[in-house]
Amino acid sequence: MGLKEKIADTQIWRSIFRHGYPSTPRNRALAALSNVFLHLHPVKARKSGIKLSFTWCMGGITFFLFLLETITGVLLMFYYRPTIEYAYNDVIAMREHVPFGIMRELHRWGAHMMVLAVWLHMLRVFLTGSYKPPREFNWNVGVILLLLTLLLSFTGYLLPWDQLAIWAITVGSNMARAHPLIGHEGPGASLLAVGDVNLVTPASDIRFGLLAGRFVGAGALLRFYVLHCVAFPLVASLLMAVHFWRVRKDGGISGPM
Amino acid sequence: MNPEEGPTRRGFFGNLFVAWAIFLAGVHFAGAGAVRFLFPNVLFEPPLSFKAGVPSAYAEGVDESFKSSHAVWLVRTLSDPLSDRTGIEGMYALSTTCTHLGCIPNWQSADVKFKCPCHGSGFRMSGMNFEGPAPRPLERFRIVRADDGQILVDKNQKYQWEKNQWTSAEAYLPV
Ligand code: HEM
Ligand code: FES
Repeated sequence: MGLKEKIADTQIWRSIFRHGYPSTPRNRALAALSNVFLHLHPVKARKSGIKLSFTWCMGGITFFLFLLETITGVLLMFYYRPTIEYAYNDVIAMREHVPFGIMRELHRWGAHMMVLAVWLHMLRVFLTGSYKPPREFNWNVGVILLLLTLLLSFTGYLLPWDQLAIWAITVGSNMARAHPLIGHEGPGASLLAVGDVNLVTPASDIRFGLLAGRFVGAGALLRFYVLHCVAFPLVASLLMAVHFWRVRKDGGISGPM
Repeated sequence: MNPEEGPTRRGFFGNLFVAWAIFLAGVHFAGAGAVRFLFPNVLFEPPLSFKAGVPSAYAEGVDESFKSSHAVWLVRTLSDPLSDRTGIEGMYALSTTCTHLGCIPNWQSADVKFKCPCHGSGFRMSGMNFEGPAPRPLERFRIVRADDGQILVDKNQKYQWEKNQWTSAEAYLPV
């Protein structure tokens, strides 16, 4: 028995790779099926599916950028404190007091690129007609992923706590005032009342829930931070797993028209 | 097996129904609690009504003392035709929130106007919009005399020109 076979015969090796070594179609299928990451992929890919001219690789690039944002984002979290005393100074310090001060720029540019890439991915899915049955469910998963990408972008925008951030989020969150029924300036807001007491006010409506205050302040900064660093990435990761799994289950990447 | 010993079919489904009802009620209760949790009981924000000294302390024009703390400009004027107080000297409390999308305009005394840095809306000293995208004048707040003679500004009550509310009794404080 050669060394190669000996290693492949150890309990450790066999507990990790639960299939044989030879490159038979069966083993290749088993390799994909018994690996949690690979099993999200199709066992076989159509030739057209890996053509750059067909997919533009925009879904793949979006996923790559999501990974980049996750890694750089976690690194930034080691230095950034989400309070109005520290946030702005921590962001400045990140550029000047820390090796690889470019980390923050990577995160910011990556975010812009990801928004761009996800739109282009959606465009190519539309242009190739890949939203049609049996892929209509995955299109809807994609719509939620698009929303999550935009929300990640929006919540991250506030975190530097500079003038641009505060006023951009002020303007953006003011739209929630006009939400029907649950925004205090929206249609039907006065319908929710007990006698004379209006239940939907600037201190109880949907915008207040988002900002934890009547204006963009300390509460909003903390809330956006938690949404940006924990809640949205978590939901997005889950949905991406579903998204990739469904590409496989819907018959792999669609063929050329 | 004697069917008398086991649960009956009807009893089983009855219990199942009750169990599901309790479970769903619990989930909804917990869900409502989680939503309510997001709305704090205490706010660390300035109070909505505040006292602002006596009117004789204010000269004619725009006073910015309460801009950063309470988001209000106190304006003293000899006449305010827009609220139907032509020739009546008095004061009004202007909101510092731009009626376009909520930024805070700056008072530019040389040009005698409020100018918003976000998208360029301009407002006269009265609060009337005259340039840029703002669709309506700045809002005014309730302004009255407290028992001790001081000015009391109450932001719980706002007056909008386009709703004909500036003419209300407490939207303007004659001095
Ligand atoms: C975080 C955002 C997203 C990521 C990471 C992502 C990733 C991917 C990847 C890697 C693929 C494989 C094919 C390719 O690369 O083009 C794919 C396919 C697909 N995506 Fe997305 N996607 C995202 C958002 C969206 C959006 C916004 C839509 C549309 C509303 C969408 C709809 C689809 C559909 C229908 C397919 C199957 C296409 C086919 O079979 O040809 N995805 N996605
Ligand atoms: S918010 Fe003032 S001009 Fe847009």
